Amino acid sequence: MSALALSTSNSATMLRRSLLHGVRYPLMLVSGLLTPVILLLLFVYILGGALGATMPDGRMGYLNYIAPSMVLLTVCYGGGATAVTVSVDMTEGIINRFRTMPISRASLLIGHVIGGVLRTMVSVLLVLAVALLMGFRPSATPVEWVATLGVLTMLAFALTWLTVALGASAKSPAGANTAILPIQLLPLVSSAFVPTDSMPGVIRWIAEYQPFTPVIDTVRGLLIGSPIGNSALIAAIWCVGITVVSFFWARAGFNRDA
Amino acid sequence: MSTHPFAIETTGLRKSYGDKVVLDGVDLRVPAGTIFSLLGPNGAGKTTAVNILTTLLRADGGEVRVAGHDVAREPDAVRKAISVTGQFAAVDNLLTGWENLLLVADLHRLGKREGRALATRLLEQFDLVDAAKVKALAYSGGMRRRLDLAMTLVGGPSLIFLDEPTTGLDPRSRHSMWQIIRDLVAGGTTIFLTTQYLEEADELADRIAVLDGGKLVAEGTADELKQRVPGSYIRLRFADGQALRAGAAALAVPLPETEELTLKVPNDGGVRALRTVLDRLDDASVEAEELTVHTPDLDDVFLALTDRKTVPQGATR
Ligand SMILES: Nc1ncnc2c1ncn2[C@@H]1O[C@H](COP(=O)(O)OP(=O)(O)OP(=O)(O)O)[C@@H](O)[C@H]1O
Ligand SMILES: [Mg+2]
Repeated sequence: MSALALSTSNSATMLRRSLLHGVRYPLMLVSGLLTPVILLLLFVYILGGALGATMPDGRMGYLNYIAPSMVLLTVCYGGGATAVTVSVDMTEGIINRFRTMPISRASLLIGHVIGGVLRTMVSVLLVLAVALLMGFRPSATPVEWVATLGVLTMLAFALTWLTVALGASAKSPAGANTAILPIQLLPLVSSAFVPTDSMPGVIRWIAEYQPFTPVIDTVRGLLIGSPIGNSALIAAIWCVGITVVSFFWARAGFNRDA
Repeated sequence: MSTHPFAIETTGLRKSYGDKVVLDGVDLRVPAGTIFSLLGPNGAGKTTAVNILTTLLRADGGEVRVAGHDVAREPDAVRKAISVTGQFAAVDNLLTGWENLLLVADLHRLGKREGRALATRLLEQFDLVDAAKVKALAYSGGMRRRLDLAMTLVGGPSLIFLDEPTTGLDPRSRHSMWQIIRDLVAGGTTIFLTTQYLEEADELADRIAVLDGGKLVAEGTADELKQRVPGSYIRLRFADGQALRAGAAALAVPLPETEELTLKVPNDGGVRALRTVLDRLDDASVEAEELTVHTPDLDDVFLALTDRKTVPQGATR
């Protein structure tokens, strides 16, 4: 039996396990969904009047600016549940069973990653639906929609590998939950909520050179037609880089001694 | 595996955590198709040894061959032959018993029908039919333990490691577990077992090794080990000090060092020797309140072999 066939079969089993966990504990999905939805309602209905005052269409104009950001934030929050589940796996006895079985070593991680990406993308679609219901009117063509989902999936893939790596290296599930905080906070210091040129010195530098800014600029460009420039390329480079580094990091975490 | 006479073979196995030496040159030889039991006080390094033999942990030194393969160089070949029930249950708490078994069957790439049939059979064998659709999270400790063992049997391993498999099981579950283990060995499986229950080792094991202070302090069959401790004795309890002194004089044994009113009379455990003791007491007109015949069991062996170290160690914890 080829290594690839073994790896595919084992990964499919692990993916089924991850999805089953999600079905059994819908809270995993809800926790990643709740924050972006609440923030979206908060920004548009409570702050939107003031923030949108300078925009052509007021509150609705701000909704169009902020909705893509909330979708991005959903991708960032989606990893929380993944990091915790991976850490639970690593700190409970089950990991030793997997490690002593003749299975593909990467399969557990691959199952977690694909399961995590699917969960995240379901959240993304739900948040998009909420935004559309609230009056979000993107100008995207069908091709741009597909490209948007492609960019978000790419980001979700990179971030899920990162959260799997963090979960696999954390000493406890609580530790894993703390370790992912930067992923959830970094978008706040990006062009997600306000344009970077309005930010002071160091913050502005961080905002311009961090991964979320090119991703959000690309997504926003695709959805509402703002300029994209070379953001798409930079976003892709970031995502590939994060994925590669996280993959090796996750593998090292998984293979560490019992 | 029939080509390898030994299912497990270690030479000079060493492992330390920092400067704490846990295994200090351990040589093990476990013939295929037998039950081997590793005994030792808490912290002796039993789990550490199991972890190394099952590819979970790297040894610091020594040769380790399991199922004919070097654990460091060919871990995958070793994993194909073995299955492990660790000291702490390795079940997926979020899945039901049924789903846990199917998970393992799928990972072994058993067909769908075969996997289901096996899961059904194991649930019956381990008395978990009623709990099949219940999440493992809601299982009692003993149920979790049984599910864990059932999962270990999936895939038909030729060598099974059981690290304290019956800890936390009630007597009935323990006895049915013993029967399952015997059946497995009858079918040609090799079992490597650690346990705190010496009765268990006595019941099951073909050979027993005692680990203490990082080294094997004894190895052999249960009978061979029992011969290593002082033989059996008769214990006599007397009503008062006067009877005690008279008894000691009649039997020519020393008085006890403590306040208790008992005498220990070394003895081979036979009926004739017992009669001699009673006759002598009769001749001296001494009445004993109570008589017990004590033959050495593995507990005595264990206590005698691991004595000096466990006491102070236990005291400091
Ligand atoms: N990861 C670790 N880091 C440091 N020390 C460890 C580690 N794991 C085990 N030890 C130490 O190694 C020694 C042997 O532990 P081990 O778990 O092998 O004992 P054991 O014989 O299985 O004990 P028990 O009967 O209590 O299960 C103990 O003193 C333990 O403290
Ligand atoms: Mg142990």
